[in-house]
Amino acid sequence: MKGLPPVLITAIVLVAGFALCAVQFPNIASTRVVGNLLTDNAFLGIVATGMTFVIISGGIDLSVGSVIGFTTVFVALAIERWGVPPLVAFVAILALSGAFGAAMGAMIHVFDLPPFIVTLAGMFLARGASFLLSTESVPITAPVYSTVSDFALRLPGGGRLTAVAIIMLTIVIGGALLLRLTRFGANVYALGGSRQAASLMGVAVGRMTVKIYMLSSLLAGIAGIVFSFYTSAGYSLSAVGVELDSIAAVVIGGTLLTGGQGSVVGTFLGVLIQGMIQTYINFDGTLSSWWTKIATGVLLFAFIALQQGLVALARRPVAKRAGAVS
Amino acid sequence: MENSSDSAASLLEVRGISKSFGAVHALQEVDFTLRAGEIHALLGENGAGKSTLIKVITGVFPRDAGIVRISGEEVAPRSAKAALQAGIATVYQEVNLLPNLSVAQNLFLDRQPMRFGIVRGGEVRRRAKTLLADFGLDIDVSAPLGSYSVAVQHVTAIARAVDLSARVLILDEPTASLDRHEVEILFRIMRQLAGRGIGIVFVSHFLDQVYEISDRITVLRNGRLVGERETASLSRLELIRMMLGRELAETTSTRASAGAQKTRDVCASFENYGKAGYVAPFNLELRHGEVVGLAGLLGSGRTETARLVFGAERADRGQARVEGVPVRLQSPRDGVRHGFGYCPEERKTDGIVAELTVRENIVLALQAKRGLHRPLSRREQDEIARRYVKMLDIRPPDPERPVGLLSGGNQQKVLLARWLATSPRLLVLDEPTRGIDVGAHAEIIRLIRELCDDGLALLVISSELDEIVTYSDRVVVLRDRAHVEELAGEAIDVGSILAAIAADGGSVAHEGRA
Repeated sequence: MKGLPPVLITAIVLVAGFALCAVQFPNIASTRVVGNLLTDNAFLGIVATGMTFVIISGGIDLSVGSVIGFTTVFVALAIERWGVPPLVAFVAILALSGAFGAAMGAMIHVFDLPPFIVTLAGMFLARGASFLLSTESVPITAPVYSTVSDFALRLPGGGRLTAVAIIMLTIVIGGALLLRLTRFGANVYALGGSRQAASLMGVAVGRMTVKIYMLSSLLAGIAGIVFSFYTSAGYSLSAVGVELDSIAAVVIGGTLLTGGQGSVVGTFLGVLIQGMIQTYINFDGTLSSWWTKIATGVLLFAFIALQQGLVALARRPVAKRAGAVS
Repeated sequence: MENSSDSAASLLEVRGISKSFGAVHALQEVDFTLRAGEIHALLGENGAGKSTLIKVITGVFPRDAGIVRISGEEVAPRSAKAALQAGIATVYQEVNLLPNLSVAQNLFLDRQPMRFGIVRGGEVRRRAKTLLADFGLDIDVSAPLGSYSVAVQHVTAIARAVDLSARVLILDEPTASLDRHEVEILFRIMRQLAGRGIGIVFVSHFLDQVYEISDRITVLRNGRLVGERETASLSRLELIRMMLGRELAETTSTRASAGAQKTRDVCASFENYGKAGYVAPFNLELRHGEVVGLAGLLGSGRTETARLVFGAERADRGQARVEGVPVRLQSPRDGVRHGFGYCPEERKTDGIVAELTVRENIVLALQAKRGLHRPLSRREQDEIARRYVKMLDIRPPDPERPVGLLSGGNQQKVLLARWLATSPRLLVLDEPTRGIDVGAHAEIIRLIRELCDDGLALLVISSELDEIVTYSDRVVVLRDRAHVEELAGEAIDVGSILAAIAADGGSVAHEGRA
């Protein structure tokens, strides 16, 4: 359950990759680039944290990209057209997205449906609803947006740690602690190990399922708000495919797609690896940005193969501990 | 706990429990009493109702009638969780814990000591260590449970159950995947727990272990209570008689006396045939026009022998011959090619295809034997189906009816027809009369004889000893995964089979399969 070896491998890939990049483009090794990397991937880091919980519990959440898209449109319209104070709009959308996730979790548990189908339906629903609100991009001009966008902690070396990056780091740390240190976190692993056994051991499986999907949608809502800060606009086509990017980050971070094992820290490293590839391509200038996807695909293959290898290794009877019975 | 006399308080009382699944009476008016501090073995052959009884007690199945009391108080748990709260914990053969979590987390899942909403990880590990130390287990509790042996997982499950203040501990085949040393550890823990006043129900088919550990034995047969005895005063022979024997009418083989002992041609022979850890090497000759019965308790190696003979399992030593010619039986395909047929015990899962029609089920094996590039025409199929429906009197006589809609006896006949259609030289039948009603029972037995008179060689497994005695020319008795005795002709009777099964295994103790 410690999941350390896969995370370690992810960390090694990140460090080695970063070193290679730095050899070719020494400028990459600067707080400025790292700061931008965190800012650019803030929404991905937030939503991937939620995805980590879902996947460790043995599920999947395909709706998060659509929820981000819906959130940006909703927030933009609420502030710009309906004259709602930004803070109220934020609270409203978080309540809405949380309820949306809870409803999906309840569907999954009560009707015993595969999470893939339920969240796929949720994905279409949220995306469709955002088109219903507005088909075109709605710019946000509220003063709070420029304030937040301008806010940043100065890093030594000229880098900036922006507000959205700080929000993301806070959520990653909070998520890691929630998963590692609380009863809720232990139950997430339990669900991923075996729903039946967990239930026999007294875990309220239904309530946990609802909570986990609620958490994922809630974080997708926060990611949506962060995304609207980042682009200063609401657009129904934003964050298309982000659910897949976040699943990729989770898997590259060493979380078992079948559930039961994984960590938020690993997911964060997975996000950084994707960001690093993106940065490298930007620095190179001649490569198409689609190379990011290809590199991510190759890494995914490698990590899935690696996990299968580790699982096979763990199944070998030789690897079993003798169980030092006195 | 040697003195678990009648004065000991009865901890768990089960009275008049009945449970039916459709028309099948799985349990009828069963009583069971567990006293505090005793280890009580619950025994019976497959289908006797042991697991149904456990599931009814623990609320997994709702019961049709009867009551369950714990310390005199009536309980009616609706789920395993409710049963646990009532003080009944069950540890199944497949441990129901979470292999991906650490041992400590498994022990304290959902009841971890907390401080300010945060699990006190150090405290969890410390308590887990102390708890397991009580069971003589000193392991790294922060390692995943799945990285430990099944024995450790069992002990962990027991420790969790006991720590949850279980007063009744049900162990369902706990030793099936443990080796000798691990069994000893488990037994020591069981005795220790019994010493603390916990009542333990021990389900096992290893009689040596039952005699080693239990104070009392309750035997079920066909969903009914046969009796409760003190282990010390119950002989092995008597116990096996309780488990297997029916009215104990001393039936003798009608065949043996009728069929004069003319030497028949050998159909297939197996010399020093066996597989390590599966069945000890055996010699077996199967002759045309002869029924060989395999007798023994559940787990004695009957089905294993049948699977080796058919090729469903690969032998790692010995030589098989068909009509005197050495052959290799590596897979069921080889078996079929040499003219063998096999009707497995689990009709529903291994035999019939419930959704297909009678006709389709019957031609299945024949078609497989011919190969896909030589399909049977519909006319041929109809012809074959009609012939066997008539010959075996399959009812209703409608070849186009899905097999799933037929009664158990008729399903069995369809299976038989499937193999007969391939015109086999040897047919292996595993429990051909299980789960079918009395009328069909007699008919299957009649069929077995007829087939045999037509020159087929038959190898039949059955738990019904009087049945085996009725149709067998020879009976091979198995015990502890070895062939221990072969009876022929006049020597075949229920008594001598029982004696052979019960003969003390001595050093032939339980062999682990871990």
